[in-house]
Amino acid sequence: MSAVVDNHGHAGERGKDGHAHGHGDHHGGYGGVMRWITTTNHKDIGTLYLWFSFINFMVGGVMAMAIRLELFSPGIQFFNPDLFNQFTTMHGLIMVFGAIMPAFVGFANWQIPMMIGAPDMAFARLNNWSFWILPFAASLLVISFFTPGGAPGVGWTLYAPLTVQMGVGMDLTIFAVHLLGMSSILGSINIITTILNMRAPGMTLMRMPLFVWTWLITAYLLVAAMPVLAGAVTMSLTDRHFGTSFFNAAGGGDPVLYQHIFWFFGHPEVYIIALPAFGVVSQVIPAFSRKPLFGYASMVYATSAIAILSFIVWAHHMYTVGMPVTGQLFFMYATTLIAVPTGVKVFNWVATMWKGSLSFETPMLFAIGFLFLFTLGGFTGLVLSLVPIDIQLHDTYYVVAHFHYVMVAGALFSAFAGVYFWLPKWTGRMYDETLGKWHFWLTMIFFNMIFFVQHFLGLAGMPRRIPDYPLMFETWNKISSIGAFGFGLTQLLFLYIILKAIKSGEKAPEKPWEGADSLEWTHLPTPVPYHSFETPPNLK
Amino acid sequence: MNPDQARDNKRMLTRLSIVAVAMFGFGFALVPFYDHICRALGINSLVTRSEAPVNTQVDLTRKVTVEFDANAHGMPWSFKPATRHMEVHPGQLVQVDYEVANVRSSAVTGQAVASYGPKLAGQYFRKLDCFCFTQQTLAAGETRRMPVSFVLDASLPADINTVTLSYTFFEVAGKS
Repeated sequence: MSAVVDNHGHAGERGKDGHAHGHGDHHGGYGGVMRWITTTNHKDIGTLYLWFSFINFMVGGVMAMAIRLELFSPGIQFFNPDLFNQFTTMHGLIMVFGAIMPAFVGFANWQIPMMIGAPDMAFARLNNWSFWILPFAASLLVISFFTPGGAPGVGWTLYAPLTVQMGVGMDLTIFAVHLLGMSSILGSINIITTILNMRAPGMTLMRMPLFVWTWLITAYLLVAAMPVLAGAVTMSLTDRHFGTSFFNAAGGGDPVLYQHIFWFFGHPEVYIIALPAFGVVSQVIPAFSRKPLFGYASMVYATSAIAILSFIVWAHHMYTVGMPVTGQLFFMYATTLIAVPTGVKVFNWVATMWKGSLSFETPMLFAIGFLFLFTLGGFTGLVLSLVPIDIQLHDTYYVVAHFHYVMVAGALFSAFAGVYFWLPKWTGRMYDETLGKWHFWLTMIFFNMIFFVQHFLGLAGMPRRIPDYPLMFETWNKISSIGAFGFGLTQLLFLYIILKAIKSGEKAPEKPWEGADSLEWTHLPTPVPYHSFETPPNLK
Repeated sequence: MNPDQARDNKRMLTRLSIVAVAMFGFGFALVPFYDHICRALGINSLVTRSEAPVNTQVDLTRKVTVEFDANAHGMPWSFKPATRHMEVHPGQLVQVDYEVANVRSSAVTGQAVASYGPKLAGQYFRKLDCFCFTQQTLAAGETRRMPVSFVLDASLPADINTVTLSYTFFEVAGKS
């Protein structure tokens, strides 16, 4: 087995992105800003996605702080209800499309070529364009705040008929969604082609790391689902400006149709977010258990089952629209069915740890936190899947608690695990382990402070998307808001940890994690060179 | 990247792009799809006109004769039903009036007791509003109309075609 490493030498200074390069190693011939604008290198583009994601995480986070500030006490103190609705909407859109999805695309770009022994993505220039669409899309979302009427205050799900009434901010949002969708679809085509066509000899599909598998499946989900969202918002656009009546009952349409079309995208979307998160955890847990992942094949099949099932459960977001009981029952049974392959995956992660030689560095802490809290979120999802219960809990804070458990304690924790895990490989520097642990524990405590009590609020009947609430909900809201302020400040600690690591972190050893065994750990130096696997390794 | 790989990659790009465009069209196709599929499966309940409501309470297939009887047992009251008999459907809500007059020159208190013929018909006589078992005080010379609202239960046996509702007023002593 040969490991041909392309390395122009370590003798140079550290670049802005932290990886070492000698004077013979040039980044496409450009320096400075132009390098980043024109790069077709998957590592650079991965870095761009990750920083873009973090910026949006901060922007979306500020909106969350504003929301929790207003909800600290009953009554309207800081923001008029219209502005509050704008914050709620944009917090959702920015976090989903600007923070969490680009983060995992960033991981995909950095890791997929290295993990399959490919020199880069299949379409390197398309990759550059897929990224650079995003800052424009995100700017449209933010600019909408400053238009007459402000950002649309319709909820991130953009339901008709309210969206038909919004100002020009709604049109900007629709265009932003089009652009975000374009970027995702092109990126996914790139990922699928790379994984299917460019694996090194001997890297069969069933030898690929799980992270690559989950991204392959996610990319198919994206190609199938994202265009449907584009269709839905295009219909809203034509209803707004071109005289169509897709969602207007007076013209023969139906607002509920929007919900069907949106959620046909929307449910696969949440698995698009979750599956790469599962993939990261499937890399981290075996590494820190010093044991191979338990049940590799069943993990692949379970992920595929989740993806396929995700297309037939969408109306569990719509139990209260007046659907006939037959429909409600079908979607209820299908949704509870998804718990089965998900349970298989959770079991396999636990079984991986069983009798493993465990160590609890920061990546592993976040992965275990994921395991526990994502499972809790899955349980509340199971509760919500039951029609008679959901009739009571729909549009309450119980739902808000559920999806934050799976999106934040699920996807975000997994992203943190991935950053701490791979940062040494990308930059050649270790992060400060003590600070990393502080980041984990503060995040863990504050996260639960925010969202655990929201289950109680939902069960007690507090609706979501409201700026003011009856006195009886005050205590839990106060606790939730205090947790939110703590959580927000803690993420500044994360920024400090990353910057400190990149600038002045301790030099990482060749193999910082002894249990990690995918190609980037076994065949490439630390830090990885700008170009890797220009000759594919022979893995036969 | 060798030309073979570049060609393979391009083929994948083309196919996946077609899938993406097709799914975009699929979103629009959902508009007629919902219409046709829901109609075919019969689950478009919000769009179908509902049938005229069916009356399941009144048994329109049979009529029962109800006779009304009134007795003032040794009381100086004139007590008679406004109508002697009536044809009703089981399940149909009916109201009849009884007229009572106190012919004595002082107030009299009476209480009515109901009885039924045939005796078993009593369990099928659902009285919603009646003056029985409540003490009624009439001043001297006062007349009063007292209503009875009832429903003959639809499970009345088929061989009973005539039922009689009989009230008897008894004077309540010591209430003048």
